Amino acid sequence: MAQVTFREALRQAIDEEMQRDETVFLIGEEVAQYHGAYKVSQGLLEKYGSKRVIDTPISEEGFTGIGIGAAMVGLRPIVEWMTFNFSLQALDQIYNNAAKMRHMSGGQFKIPAVFRGPNGPAEFLSSQHSQALQSIYCHCPGLKVMAPSNPADAKGMLKTAIRDDNPVLFLESELMYNWKGEIKSSESLIPFGEANVVREGEDVTILAFSKPVRLALEAAEELAKEGLETEVIDLRSLRPVDEQAIYTSVKKTNRCVVLDEAWPYASVGSHLCYLVSSNCFDFLDSPVELVCSEDVPVPYNHRLELAVLPSVRKTVQAAKKSAYMV
Amino acid sequence: MQMREVKQYDRTMLLSLLKQMLLIRRFEEKASQMYGLRKIGGFCHLYIGQEASAVGAIATLDLKKDYVVSAYRDHGLAIASGMESSVLMAELYGKVTGCSRGKGGSMHFFDKEKHFLGGNGIVGAHIPTATGVALAIRYREQDGVVLCFFGDGAIHQGSFHESVNMAKIWNLPVLYICENNQYGMGTDYRRVSAVTDFSVMGTSYGIEGKQVNGMDVLEVYDAVGEMVQKARKEHAPSLLELKTYRYKGHSMSDPARYRTREELDAFREQDPILLLKARMIRDQRLTEEEFLGMDAEVKKECEEAVEFARESEEPPLESIYQDVLA
Ligand SMILES: Cc1ncc(C[n+]2csc(CCOP(=O)(O)OP(=O)(O)O)c2C)c(N)n1
Repeated sequence: MAQVTFREALRQAIDEEMQRDETVFLIGEEVAQYHGAYKVSQGLLEKYGSKRVIDTPISEEGFTGIGIGAAMVGLRPIVEWMTFNFSLQALDQIYNNAAKMRHMSGGQFKIPAVFRGPNGPAEFLSSQHSQALQSIYCHCPGLKVMAPSNPADAKGMLKTAIRDDNPVLFLESELMYNWKGEIKSSESLIPFGEANVVREGEDVTILAFSKPVRLALEAAEELAKEGLETEVIDLRSLRPVDEQAIYTSVKKTNRCVVLDEAWPYASVGSHLCYLVSSNCFDFLDSPVELVCSEDVPVPYNHRLELAVLPSVRKTVQAAKKSAYMV
Repeated sequence: MQMREVKQYDRTMLLSLLKQMLLIRRFEEKASQMYGLRKIGGFCHLYIGQEASAVGAIATLDLKKDYVVSAYRDHGLAIASGMESSVLMAELYGKVTGCSRGKGGSMHFFDKEKHFLGGNGIVGAHIPTATGVALAIRYREQDGVVLCFFGDGAIHQGSFHESVNMAKIWNLPVLYICENNQYGMGTDYRRVSAVTDFSVMGTSYGIEGKQVNGMDVLEVYDAVGEMVQKARKEHAPSLLELKTYRYKGHSMSDPARYRTREELDAFREQDPILLLKARMIRDQRLTEEEFLGMDAEVKKECEEAVEFARESEEPPLESIYQDVLA
């Protein structure tokens, strides 16, 4: 098994799918000649040419809609947003066109498109460039949402997303591109709605996805020192989400901490808390805890920024609270 | 290229233009150095090479009643608008004495008193807000004018086109100033624009458009001055394309491999500071000693700015909850 970066895993997924299916193409700002703002598309222009690796002007609404139109008539676009912060300009295309087209045409059109790029807080970037926007995309029916936490998953999940006949939002993270991990040489697709138990434990369940999975694992190490065995579940896909895996774990541990980098109000995190609270009510020994961003825009100053975001310390605290240890 | 003769201009004004450009240059060099020392984090977009455009344009304003609105490449524009270099440096350091109390950083300079309205990190997002400021001026029947600065990359956003149309139908006193520094990140503007003379984009909305040599501060001053008068008296919006160049990469992390050294050198030959200096010396409006004295003065000011930033306090932790809602 080879060690590759998250960035390289994504590149391999795109490359292999472009190779396999000539209707797959990549479009976005700086994806071709600059090799992607975060260098994910390195080498693809050279291999597939400018017909299939397309640089666009800075026109998020335009090129996102262009991807949707092309998908309506049979192409399979991968639309790269330089970051999800800028996807807000394309939100109308996602919400009103990508998500609804199949439904309102009585099933005539499907939208086999992937919209991907870095999402979530980064460092020293202030409020407009550092935000976790998963809740927005998970809110709307007609969309699928995935958020891998390591290179192997990133590759397997992106390939699944590209082959899927629905619009898929694929969330990466600016700080994850250099993360390394093992990756199988043979093809391994990871289906939607299949969570991964990344650490087994008896005492408390932590639900996480994307970058915070690492945080959850670090917290689990800390908690182990205090005698609390933590089960960490990497949800991988947020919509559909693997409810069974969540309930199975909580029924075993009887405690649950949800970790989400987004704001708490009306979020993926708060929805998970609701799911666990209502479906595992009889099994819970304590209220479900939510560790998330403070309910404020992210500040530039690093000390403040760290105070706003979820941390190992906050996660450990929450787990201990759920075990009545604090 | 035809240069404006310095003879027709007031010497005090010439000196002031030169000094401001020099201050911006030295401030940016300092910022770059401090970024290298990790005193400044995140994205940092330097303005080196573009000094004539901020200084020439803003010198035509009366910032008691006029306004400046900017994107993220805002250091030079803020200085030209009269913001203190120490306060700006403190913001880069994320200190509470910064213009945005350490919450904004490089991309988010603001000063309400000085009529400097951002500092916006989303390409194109400030163009409608600038137009809104112009609407407010007309609403109150004042005679102010708004200068809205943006890059060649931003001109393809729908927000620009929507704004220009509305500015025209309501006769709003706003100048859309496209600082065409030739690249939007790694993208040569000629690759992503249907037209290469942006001034024609005004024509399609019935507003006056003009291309200007953005390396000649006097040409910028004259061209903007003329349009400012039209905006003030006739409430006519207009579009100026200032042809300029950024010497550095897009941001501190961009090595700018997409352009040639020859191209960079050719623009360095028309350095806005050296161009003005040479003409002033030739026409005996300035001596080499005076220039050196001026340079020493602005360098000292930048040293002091760093000192101020270094000594300033970090914002208090509780301030994360401040300034979220009124
Ligand atoms: C809506 C949006 N899309 C993409 C970006 C990422 N981005 C930041 S600056 C930039 C290039 C902008 O170039 P230009 O408008 O020419 O301004 P310049 O940097 O040359 O001053 C891009 C693509 C962004 N900030 N906002």
